Amino acid sequence: MMVAVAAGVLSADDAHRALLNSVAETARAIFGAKAASIFLYDEHTDELVFEAVAGSGADTLIGRRLPSSAGIAGWVLVTRQPLVIEDVRADPRFAQDVAEDTGYVPKGIMAVPLLHQERSLGVLEVLDRPANAKFTLAEMDLLGLFANQAAIALDLTQRSRRAREALEGADPAYAAVAQVARRLDEMGADSAAVRRLLEALADVLGPADGDAESGAERPMRRRRRS
Amino acid sequence: MSEAADDAPEELPAWSLTADQAAKLRDPAWPSRFTREWAWGGSTGKGVRVAIVDSGVDPDHPLVGTVQQAVTIGDPDTVEVLPDTEGDLCGHGTACAGIVRSIAPDCEIVSVRVLGAGYTGSGPVLMAGLEWAVDEKFDLINMSLSTTKRQFSEFLHELADDAYFNNTMIVASAHNMPVESYPWRFSSVLSVGSHDQKGPLTFFYNPDPPVEFFAPGLDLDVPWIGGSTLRCSGNSFATPHMTGICALILGKHPELTPFQLKSVLHGTATNVEEAAP
Repeated sequence: MMVAVAAGVLSADDAHRALLNSVAETARAIFGAKAASIFLYDEHTDELVFEAVAGSGADTLIGRRLPSSAGIAGWVLVTRQPLVIEDVRADPRFAQDVAEDTGYVPKGIMAVPLLHQERSLGVLEVLDRPANAKFTLAEMDLLGLFANQAAIALDLTQRSRRAREALEGADPAYAAVAQVARRLDEMGADSAAVRRLLEALADVLGPADGDAESGAERPMRRRRRS
Repeated sequence: MSEAADDAPEELPAWSLTADQAAKLRDPAWPSRFTREWAWGGSTGKGVRVAIVDSGVDPDHPLVGTVQQAVTIGDPDTVEVLPDTEGDLCGHGTACAGIVRSIAPDCEIVSVRVLGAGYTGSGPVLMAGLEWAVDEKFDLINMSLSTTKRQFSEFLHELADDAYFNNTMIVASAHNMPVESYPWRFSSVLSVGSHDQKGPLTFFYNPDPPVEFFAPGLDLDVPWIGGSTLRCSGNSFATPHMTGICALILGKHPELTPFQLKSVLHGTATNVEEAAP
């Protein structure tokens, strides 16, 4: 059982990466752009990470990290609002601080947040559409649809990565769970002893407390100042 | 308490209205049909206070002009407000302020910076910035941003209603993606999406809300940091167009409530005005 789960998680990670690449590649093709990138927001380091790149920079940018407050992608990440800029080079801060550091300085950027449920997971950017192609509102809507797809892929990737970290023993507690699961697997899931053990374990643990997590996110109350 | 109120036989609850009281509520200045000339003809937005809740505003940009005050949030838990000397760390707030200024050249602009370096934990900062602006009773609050966190929705809803009933109109960017976000979905704010036509005063009433109005949001040359301009698109930039138009209207009719302001906007919207007999 455990081996099968591990194999599934490991292969899923590759599949999700392929899915992200596919979304980036399709976005680039649809918009006739020179490049498209998907950034993942790393909450632990407060950085944006290049997760998938199609077109210019595809060989060098994967895994590169930027401060989450960097320029246009950072603004889009935080404000949850898409943004289209035709000539980003006119923004001195963008060109100097971010783009040159990545080795590719685009002219035009379409950036859209990758939103999944309540979270802002990252940013999809489409760089340098054809110079003579006029941007339309329909393209903005299309970009939003792509972003939805990319957000789902990114969410799956994150889940898969967390499961993989657990299986690889990054956390001793998860490693112990994995060890128990492996022993149970060896004993056979249908054995009466295993069933009794699992039932006893369920009794000890009691019902799942669904309120525990939501308690940490109580709604804010209005603070009226005198 | 006024003499008229002293003469009243008894205080009636606020949710009832007698015929006598109804007669006193007549507004002789209210036209039967709105024209743009009546709504904002001759107005420059003078006397109207506008808060730009965003990434800050570049105080030296020639297309923005004077920024009357610039604040940022210290401790969001106590709504601690500090003077802001950083200007604009992104460019977006400067763009919004510049668009408002281009339409209402004499309005007062105050920057409330809720974004900047280190975006982590920005939700409470954003809420605190908006709360300060509501408590300060600005006439208009431009909010070209939103949050998807449901934990903030109740608080934002309460803030939006408080603003509405205190004569502050929150003008908020709608989302053009299939997600729930706030505060633009609340009926007590004025929500704005983009249209692709030219003309800063071309705006459309949407009979199929939640997006209430559409304003120019495509291929706009807007001020950015460092004295530059960028060609941008997005609902973020449609929103300050409506804020600017609201500033013009309030500059001429400062007594309007947000409900009346929305009514005037409806009556003067390009699609409504052109269709009028």
